[in-house]
Amino acid sequence: MSAVIDDHGHADHAHGPAKGLMRWVLTTNHKDIGTLYLWFAFSMFLLGGSFAMVIRAELFQPGLQIVQPEFFNQMTTMHGLVMVFGAVMPAFVGLANWMVPLMIGAPDMALPRMNNFSFWLLPAAFILLVSTLFTPGGGPNFGWTFYAPLSTTYAPESVTFFIFAIHLMGISSIMGAINVIATILNLRAPGMTLMKMPLFVWTWLITAFLLIAVMPVLAGCVTMMLMDIHFGTSFFSAAGGGDPVLFQHVFWFFGHPEVYIMILPAFGAVSSIIPTFSRKPLFGYTSMVYATASIAFLSFIVWAHHMFVVGIPLVGELFFMYATLLIAVPTGVKVFNWASTMWQGSLTFETPMLFAVAFVILFSIGGFSGLMLAIAPADFQYQDTYFVVAHFHYVLVPGAIFGIFASAYYWMPKWTGHMYDETLGKLHFWLSFIGMNMAFFPMHFVGLAGMPRRIPDYNLQFADFNMVSSIGAFMFGTTQLFFLFIVIKTIRGGPPAPAKPWDGAEGLEWSIPSPAPYHTFTTPPEVK
Amino acid sequence: MMRHPHVWMGLLLWSIFSQAQAAWTVNMAPGATEISHAVFDLHMTIFWICVVIGIIVFGAMFWSMILHRRSTGQVAAKFHESTTVEILWTIVPFLILVAMAVPATATLIKMYDASEPDIDIQVTGYQWKWHYKYLGQDVEFFSNLATPADQIHNKEAKGEHYLLEVDKPLVLPIGAKVRFLVTSADVIHSWWVPAFAVKRDAIPGFVNEAWTRVEKPGIYRGQCAELCGKDHGFMPIVVEVKEKADYEKWLGERKAEAAQLKELTSKEWTLDELKERGDKVYHTTCVACHQAEGQGLPPMFPALKGSKIATGPKDAHLSIVFHGKPGTAMAAFGKQLSEVDIAAVVTYERNAWGNNKGDMVTPKEVLELKQAESK
Repeated sequence: MSAVIDDHGHADHAHGPAKGLMRWVLTTNHKDIGTLYLWFAFSMFLLGGSFAMVIRAELFQPGLQIVQPEFFNQMTTMHGLVMVFGAVMPAFVGLANWMVPLMIGAPDMALPRMNNFSFWLLPAAFILLVSTLFTPGGGPNFGWTFYAPLSTTYAPESVTFFIFAIHLMGISSIMGAINVIATILNLRAPGMTLMKMPLFVWTWLITAFLLIAVMPVLAGCVTMMLMDIHFGTSFFSAAGGGDPVLFQHVFWFFGHPEVYIMILPAFGAVSSIIPTFSRKPLFGYTSMVYATASIAFLSFIVWAHHMFVVGIPLVGELFFMYATLLIAVPTGVKVFNWASTMWQGSLTFETPMLFAVAFVILFSIGGFSGLMLAIAPADFQYQDTYFVVAHFHYVLVPGAIFGIFASAYYWMPKWTGHMYDETLGKLHFWLSFIGMNMAFFPMHFVGLAGMPRRIPDYNLQFADFNMVSSIGAFMFGTTQLFFLFIVIKTIRGGPPAPAKPWDGAEGLEWSIPSPAPYHTFTTPPEVK
Repeated sequence: MMRHPHVWMGLLLWSIFSQAQAAWTVNMAPGATEISHAVFDLHMTIFWICVVIGIIVFGAMFWSMILHRRSTGQVAAKFHESTTVEILWTIVPFLILVAMAVPATATLIKMYDASEPDIDIQVTGYQWKWHYKYLGQDVEFFSNLATPADQIHNKEAKGEHYLLEVDKPLVLPIGAKVRFLVTSADVIHSWWVPAFAVKRDAIPGFVNEAWTRVEKPGIYRGQCAELCGKDHGFMPIVVEVKEKADYEKWLGERKAEAAQLKELTSKEWTLDELKERGDKVYHTTCVACHQAEGQGLPPMFPALKGSKIATGPKDAHLSIVFHGKPGTAMAAFGKQLSEVDIAAVVTYERNAWGNNKGDMVTPKEVLELKQAESK
């Protein structure tokens, strides 16, 4: 265990990080790359958030005030793309980079150079994507789902940049996923059997398989677009014998598993955090693993529930409705497990726990609206309204994003060696919680009352709730700058963190000092 | 009108005065058809199921959060893993879902039964308007947004039906089974009238079916529900449902109008008459892209003022309006507009905003082009 204890490496020879900028450019260290991913994700979160602020400012009142419809459409598109591919996915890859090796007792990720490459593709992809906003004709304006033919025949010229950006993101994700799988399957410490792995590792393993399965489908989808636009093919053009609905099938075959890619790692993190602060083991570890696997499997056979009004045949509608309803079963198992873990525990509510509990409750609300959306006849009324916007923001904001915040607070002592300021952390939670609910809950109401999504202007009957939504969104947005302050404050100082700052925590990551030394587990630990 | 300068005051008052004004609608409306009522019932059933499950699960969580805190001296229990419990909470939700799927399936089957309609209407989405064609009746027309631009740009007070009003609504008789054959001429749109619980994507190259039978006369409003470009938020749907006799009268008037329009083609037009008519056509059909002063929105939507096409040979100008420009947003208006309107708008464009060509395209020339095409 000598390598583990070697944390006073002032005169550290070859083992410490390189100095200066090149440390970050050339690094193959999983902790450095994890840090890069997390900072990148956070900066994209702020960028995507600022797009959302433009959207909410325009929707603050009826009428066109701040932006024109063309630009509004670019904002909704870029907000979605940046949040999905720039914020949520890289944040989870960052967490995986940092925590998977520490949780399974591995010295690093299995493929460190590829790890470096997969990160550095991302800034390139996003510079390419965001630069389109400054081109004549503007950036992508066809929604993050980029349905053909709006995104092909009728697209601005920048669509080609968009396509290449998606390709780069896809390559990055696939490499990241391969790395996670290779690490988990090959580098586990002796004794760390699959069924002893922390759930975060399990959920990431499953997520990585989802990524490998669907990112190539997305790549195929945008490649067909590229061919249609530049090389005269007609995959998605009815006039040339192609099929615009084919686009949607291909897109959602990627898109639905993608939804779970953005939530499964959060399930895993929360499954560590709730037992820690309940001081009680997770109620059903095995069933959680099986539930995750079931969700992943089902996610492949429900894609057309995004297309209930496209005109698929009755039998198709019924199949996809039943399959979608079925997803509620394993998801329910997870929620019941978290609730039972808390039952008769000895609970405390540090910031990670606050985010985790809010995660369970608010994600469930998103799940409920998902269940409603699964009922095909009712979906005829919900489809493409703000009800859907409310639904997926409830799954993604208090789901994915709160899961990431919970993880960040939970592991920040391990990353920085300092405890964050608990009062500030709690304040961040409550402001986010109130802002987020104020922003997204009224969207259920305007959606049910008949407000379509992706419109820059609306009838007066929707005015009041939209104003409430906007105020909540501004509050949530501003609060995230406060999170930046908390993180910087924690990096710069604060009470030193012990190796295991949470008395109820379990796992190998707490067996090494805080901050985690640059190299850990160079000698594998024994897991009993 | 209903603008709210006192935001904060409003928010404060909101919590105190909860008597629901129309603007604070929180739920779906049951709608005006048998199907829409069935859908509403499904919506409420699944909603209450969710509420009950939510109360049980969140109740248990809050119970722990209040009573099982370390600060109350609670010592953590050790229990975990119970196959019985796991099986139970797999089976029970499954049964609830089956119970829910049964009525949903029944309603869906009804919604899909578009057979034996009394009236067939072809609904075509265009960027950014709807076209309605009463099949077999020789009646067809476009339905455009009627809200004035000044209301949208906050230069005048917004009306009650702001963005939900059109120049020519779709008219239906009560009690008849109406089948909609929904398609699109350009990108994907979605035809949605919430009161009928009808929402169908309008997809180029596809014809989708939907149907309704409305029992109550009235005006029903909806919007395009699929992002279709710049003015997606500005292509509403208005359906006026009339008593049978009123509907027949309306249909008769439309037929007479259509006949009149045909006569107009053979009439001898003057430049000024064409310009005057073209002005109106331009401001309903072309203005969204090419803009009020012909300045366009380059580079997506080119200017017409001083453009090579609008000041060049008139045959080329007519051809591009008639055939559109493949690969761009410029649609082929030969199929959308009457001969008179095409002639008028081309003439207008050649003689407006300082494009002083002084020549004109006559409806007869357009008719000749049309006949040459169909050979």
